[in-house]
Amino acid sequence: MLSPQTFKLVRESGAIPGADYLLEVDNVRKEFPGVVALDDVSLRIRRGSVHALMGENGAGKSTLMKIIAGVYQPDAGTLRLKGNDIRIASPLDALEAGIAMIHQELNLMPFMTVAENIWIRREPLRYGFVDHREMNRRTRALFDRIGIDVDPASEVRDHSVATRQMIEIAKAVSYESDVLIMDEPTSALTDREVDHLFRIIGDLRAQGKGIVYITHKMNELFTIADDVSIFRDGRYIATHPAKDLNRDQVIQMMVGREITQMFPKEPAVIGEVILSVRDLALEGVFSGVSFDLRRGEILGLAGLVGSGRTNVAETIFGVTPATGGEIRLDGKPVTIGSPRDGMRAGMALLTEDRKDTGCFLMLSVGENMEMAVLTHRYVKAGFVDQGAVDTECGKMKDAMRVKTPNLAERIENLSGGNQQKVLIGRWLLTNPKILILDEPTRGIDVGAKAEIHRLISRLAGQGVAVIMISSELPEVLGMSDRVAVMHQGRLTGILDRTEADQVSVMRLAAA
Amino acid sequence: MTEPLTNTIAMAERKVGRRRLPNELGIVLVLIGIALFFEAVGWGVRGQSFLGNPQRLLVMILQVSIVGLIAIGVTQVIITGGIDLSSGSVLAVSAMVAASLAQEPGYARAVFPALTGLPFVIPLLCGLVIGGIAGVINGSLIAITAIPPFIATLGMMVTARSVAQLYTRGQPISMLADNYTWIGSGAVPVFIFLAVAVIFHVALRYTRYGKFTYAIGANAQAARVSGINVRRHIMLVYTIAGTLSGLAGLVTSARAASGQASMGTGYELDAIAAAVIGGVSLAGGAGRISGTVIGTLILGVMTSGFTFVGIDAYVQGIVKGVIIVAAVVIDQYRQSRRRKA
Repeated sequence: MLSPQTFKLVRESGAIPGADYLLEVDNVRKEFPGVVALDDVSLRIRRGSVHALMGENGAGKSTLMKIIAGVYQPDAGTLRLKGNDIRIASPLDALEAGIAMIHQELNLMPFMTVAENIWIRREPLRYGFVDHREMNRRTRALFDRIGIDVDPASEVRDHSVATRQMIEIAKAVSYESDVLIMDEPTSALTDREVDHLFRIIGDLRAQGKGIVYITHKMNELFTIADDVSIFRDGRYIATHPAKDLNRDQVIQMMVGREITQMFPKEPAVIGEVILSVRDLALEGVFSGVSFDLRRGEILGLAGLVGSGRTNVAETIFGVTPATGGEIRLDGKPVTIGSPRDGMRAGMALLTEDRKDTGCFLMLSVGENMEMAVLTHRYVKAGFVDQGAVDTECGKMKDAMRVKTPNLAERIENLSGGNQQKVLIGRWLLTNPKILILDEPTRGIDVGAKAEIHRLISRLAGQGVAVIMISSELPEVLGMSDRVAVMHQGRLTGILDRTEADQVSVMRLAAA
Repeated sequence: MTEPLTNTIAMAERKVGRRRLPNELGIVLVLIGIALFFEAVGWGVRGQSFLGNPQRLLVMILQVSIVGLIAIGVTQVIITGGIDLSSGSVLAVSAMVAASLAQEPGYARAVFPALTGLPFVIPLLCGLVIGGIAGVINGSLIAITAIPPFIATLGMMVTARSVAQLYTRGQPISMLADNYTWIGSGAVPVFIFLAVAVIFHVALRYTRYGKFTYAIGANAQAARVSGINVRRHIMLVYTIAGTLSGLAGLVTSARAASGQASMGTGYELDAIAAAVIGGVSLAGGAGRISGTVIGTLILGVMTSGFTFVGIDAYVQGIVKGVIIVAAVVIDQYRQSRRRKA
């Protein structure tokens, strides 16, 4: 077994060992308390290929990648790098052995500059002090190579999530690693940025690198991947060349059952106007936003990341109170100055960022679900009627098919899709009349996605008015009765279901 | 000592089953371990029992019940993700003001000669209100100006201490009436401490107040989006902590039958130590009153035990410091193992 240090030496010598596979994972097993996350999993990454991993949330992809990147230690199994057995005890070991991972959660330090973030631990020195000029020069050279236009001396906190994602990718590239692991790198990127990323990936592949690519997006799979490995419930299912597969086959292997329709929009009776927004504005962010929302209607809100979609949703709900315009509920003007006001008006907002503004990660599933409804129900003289709340949460958990042993489990231990279901459950317990969903299916597997779509559809059928924001156009088009499109803080148009298609929406979004 | 202790904990956990074990078990074992240690040393060095002396046990709890009262407040503050450094100083202000209103009837050199012999509820209420006001100021600064709790309460710590000194220009206040000093007499402080502990244990576990306190500590932004009035709640938590410091001031002055501006110096750190030993996470979102009570008892057993076995007073701080850090290290180790294992 070779140590990472030896590997580092070999790598630096420039010698190219002749193994066909860059990375071989054999019979890996990993258990967490109460669950087997990975059971006898094997995987082989070819030199100069993009290897996609597909599977529902909780299938074990992220766990496997964390083992390869040294974050977790496997309970059993072996790793071979270019034909040699290797043990990776820490993320640093992985980096030195030539394995770089771009985490789903961004790991940049917001108060340091772009260059400092990229070269951390490897800063060029001059007389023992960090040579910032050289560091910025190297960063610029790196950015030129992969075609990113970002000032190396700017602070990371001043950049958008999408730019941060590109900086992360540049950082991984800077390690000159042989194996790059990307965990859903496009979830925060716009279509144009995705194209750019794919060009970078293509270059890396041409240089003989192995890229492990985790994604939930079917179209990406067929654009970029050479090989596809499918995982389900912690088990390895199969590996096939991407060109031998079609969409339905992949989905079927992932879920082990057939999903007949992705966007099961049921026709709902559309009632009278419940919410009207007139000239709504948030200074410096968006202005002049006007639309009506009817009972039983699903209004899609489309637009590029940063177009102001999320801000409009947050302003209507009261997270960032409006600085201009009017909100009317059932025809009566209302002032909404806080989320509490929004809830009193019968609204609910599923926020965009599950981790930042959604989950109480340290608390249990039950506590996460009950928190919103406790502001106005199930409390007598300050005391919580825990029996009644638990019954309701239990019912909601079953109805939403949340995979968790019980309500006392920490939400941290659930997969992203199940966390999202808990958060939607939190809001459904409040019986909202208007449900605002910001990226309800981001980072969620196809199975959970279809369930959430069905749920939204059913709620609309019961007369709930829904506003749905999504970066995935097929989702917006499939689910919405009408599609409102935003561009640079303005509402550029509202399309009816019959006239909305990819082209017409994109035209308004990029207007 | 810590090595066999962790082993004992691990063995106990294995026996009872790893999951669903009360978080407090670890520190209860630490408490028992420390007590048994002094028991053994006691027989060896002095030929008498440490634990077999009810009088000593009562004094031991009496000594820590004042810090315990503060710790119950600071526990709630820490659960919201904050900190309260002002409690010792607030205790002093409350003690001074209450004492000045509780002097013997007709005492000629009283601070307010016209106000002697008042019904005892007046100094009591004044002490509590003063603590509450300090808490409101802390809470407002933190919730409205959004300065870090460390800074806000540091400011209050310095300011309140000065107020306590200024109040009588440093002169102690003595000759307190009997109807006031009874709250510090005998085992009364212990009962006050335990009653307050039970009240807030129930409040944190079974009321909306408790639920929201944990929610804010776990994720303030998510709490706000869930419709919780985060600002108001933060103010409430600091007000409760301030009021408990006020209560501690009453007990302190009643027990000493005097008011002194230096009272409670350093208590805020003992209280924080008790909470942290008891498993309250400084990151917020986790911790229980029961843990804090046990943490407080650990401090009490240590102080009492040191004196009992005759450890040099100058050395006591070193041992205490090491034990505080060791307790938290062990706890963190157990937590991380539970999460990863």
